[in-house]
Amino acid sequence: MSSAPRLVEITDLKRYFDVSSPWLNRVIEGRPRQIVKAVDGVSFGIAKGETFSLVGESGCGKSTVARLVVGLYPPSGGRIAFEGKEIGEDRTARAQVQSRMQMIFQDPYASLNPRWRVEDIIAEPIHTRKLIEGKKAIRDRVGELLSQVRLAPADMDKYPHEFSGGQRQRISIARALAGQPEFLVCDEPTSALDVSVQAQILNLMVELQQKFGLTYLFISHNLAVVFHLSTRVGVMYLGKLVEWADTAHLFERPRHPYTRMLLDTIPDLDLTGRQRQPVGGEVPSPINPPSGCSFHPRCPFATERCRAEPPNLRDVSGSSVACHAVEEGRI
Amino acid sequence: MADPLLKVEDLKVEFPTRRGTLVAVDGVSLHIDPGEVLGVVGESGAGKSMTGNAIIGLLEPPGRVAGGRILFEGRRIDDLPYEEMRKIRGRHIGAIFQDPLTSLNPLYTVGRQLIETIRTHDEAVGETDARTRALGLLREVGIPAAEARIDHYPHQFSGGMRQRVVIALALCANPRLIIADEPTTALDVSIQAQIIALIKRLCREHGTAVMLVTHDMGVIAETADRVAVMYSGRIAEIGPVREVIKHPRHPYTVGLMGSIPKVGQRREKLTQIEGTMPRLNAIPRGCAFNPRCPKVFARCREERPDPRPTPGGAVACWLNAAAGRPA
Ligand SMILES: Nc1ncnc2c1ncn2[C@@H]1O[C@H](COP(=O)(O)OP(=O)(O)OP(=O)(O)O)[C@@H](O)[C@H]1O
Ligand code: SF4
Ligand SMILES: [Mg+2]
Repeated sequence: MSSAPRLVEITDLKRYFDVSSPWLNRVIEGRPRQIVKAVDGVSFGIAKGETFSLVGESGCGKSTVARLVVGLYPPSGGRIAFEGKEIGEDRTARAQVQSRMQMIFQDPYASLNPRWRVEDIIAEPIHTRKLIEGKKAIRDRVGELLSQVRLAPADMDKYPHEFSGGQRQRISIARALAGQPEFLVCDEPTSALDVSVQAQILNLMVELQQKFGLTYLFISHNLAVVFHLSTRVGVMYLGKLVEWADTAHLFERPRHPYTRMLLDTIPDLDLTGRQRQPVGGEVPSPINPPSGCSFHPRCPFATERCRAEPPNLRDVSGSSVACHAVEEGRI
Repeated sequence: MADPLLKVEDLKVEFPTRRGTLVAVDGVSLHIDPGEVLGVVGESGAGKSMTGNAIIGLLEPPGRVAGGRILFEGRRIDDLPYEEMRKIRGRHIGAIFQDPLTSLNPLYTVGRQLIETIRTHDEAVGETDARTRALGLLREVGIPAAEARIDHYPHQFSGGMRQRVVIALALCANPRLIIADEPTTALDVSIQAQIIALIKRLCREHGTAVMLVTHDMGVIAETADRVAVMYSGRIAEIGPVREVIKHPRHPYTVGLMGSIPKVGQRREKLTQIEGTMPRLNAIPRGCAFNPRCPKVFARCREERPDPRPTPGGAVACWLNAAAGRPA
């Protein structure tokens, strides 16, 4: 496992959402308060220059982690440190750290202000951080950024609706780069795009990472994309990290039963006629997650202990895995 | 050889707009044999859903079939009056859409909807028998505790379970053909795998043919017998799945396959097809793919290539012209 100095270190991160009905309804209908533990004690570190990916099915808390990391939500518990310094409550210190990270979202339609010209969209971080002064200099910089994402400098005078989904995602990337970040959090940046356009954006992301030494936290539900892009991968299930490892290791030797199940769903594009384990069940509601290991109702290896006691992450030959069966050497 | 179940000949779908008529499907020909799964794959705007909707007679106006013929069991169905087409739809041709909620009425229990559907298709079936059949269908599509779930409303089901209910609805009349448009796109990967397995099993057990419309080559690889690759309203390439995936002939298919990241094959760069698919009002002369094609030559810019036969299929590309006569 990598021992490079960590750019970002996340420790026991938590975010709970209160999704109860209004107080009066609860009292009248005698319903309890309902809490979703969207992220429930997640820890991992990201080394400078690497791509750390989080995978998992809908609702497992990937986007919530992303939003917590860039400070869009305050955490309910836990710590986030950047270059060894904890990002605390102090507003100026926060702002300073946060200016070194940027986020790219899934939906290139919703994330760009339709009434702004591309120049204004991309120049926004330049203005807020006062990186460059002077109209001409800013225009030159925006033109340069557009070329870096393979759009034409002349595109800066257009509006978002004049662009396709892939082109809009390039504009989002240019805007993120405008703030000269070191760390980019990308939440499903290609999930809304056609595969050929996805390939263009993924190639661009790799190129920019090499050119500017960027560090990525990459969120996706697409395992093949994650395999292609990542240095290390973490697998989430119901708000928890159940396994993480170096990419090649995770895909060659998945340990956690959920990771195995996920890998088994990858379509067989080589038509090897590989036999599958039938996959059972669905992700349960995060409001009342199962006791013990929350994967136990779907797990073929579950025992009494799994139903009672939540497993913790442990290092097992190159992986970190939260599973009793793995710890007990049963699988 | 037996007649195909469905035959589409030179289908053209148009959309009149204020600024002129857009051609969304242009000269599509394909057939589906009984019990066969034909995948139709392509990027957004390629005309896949439009082709499926034309077949089931559900083109949204002002879209209309402007040319060609659609034959179901040898009988022409593209020019039927609305009422007659409605009877064929449901009874002989079922439909499954991406969003299961479009096929379900939120105000009725799933049991009610299944029973109604069963009884519309077969008036001789009584309420009790229909309920028994409905239960059987729910069990067949893998709804756990079907006896209890039959009286639940659609919103009480998860996305994956709802899609199972929609499949049960489509099966009510035992149709010979199901048009499934992105049936797994809205679902999580593990649920997607379950629904794919279900569709495959139903085809095998009922001999139902399926036209599976999707943007996801992975779903095609897992499910289809043959695949049609669409680009700009035309079929670029059609053939047995194995042929098309392992030995793509059309440069678009070659690019598409190379652009898909694959687990186990670490590549520095994914193959990149430059540019994007043209808008319907700007489809280039000649081959629609020519401005993006790495193999383009003079003829491609002038003349539109017609599909020409390949082993088990056809390819619309001038590179393939030497290989055969027009199909
Ligand atoms: N603002 C919020 N208020 C209430 N619940 C929320 C909120 N944001 C997220 N949740 C819940 O927290 C859980 C985790 O959500 P999150 O969006 O992080 O999942 P995800 O892994 O990104 O899923 P997807 O793959 O669908 O994007 C879900 O159950 C979600 O419904
Ligand atoms: S802890 Fe138990 S239930 Fe959870 S994944 Fe491991 S074996 Fe399965
Ligand atoms: Mg998300």
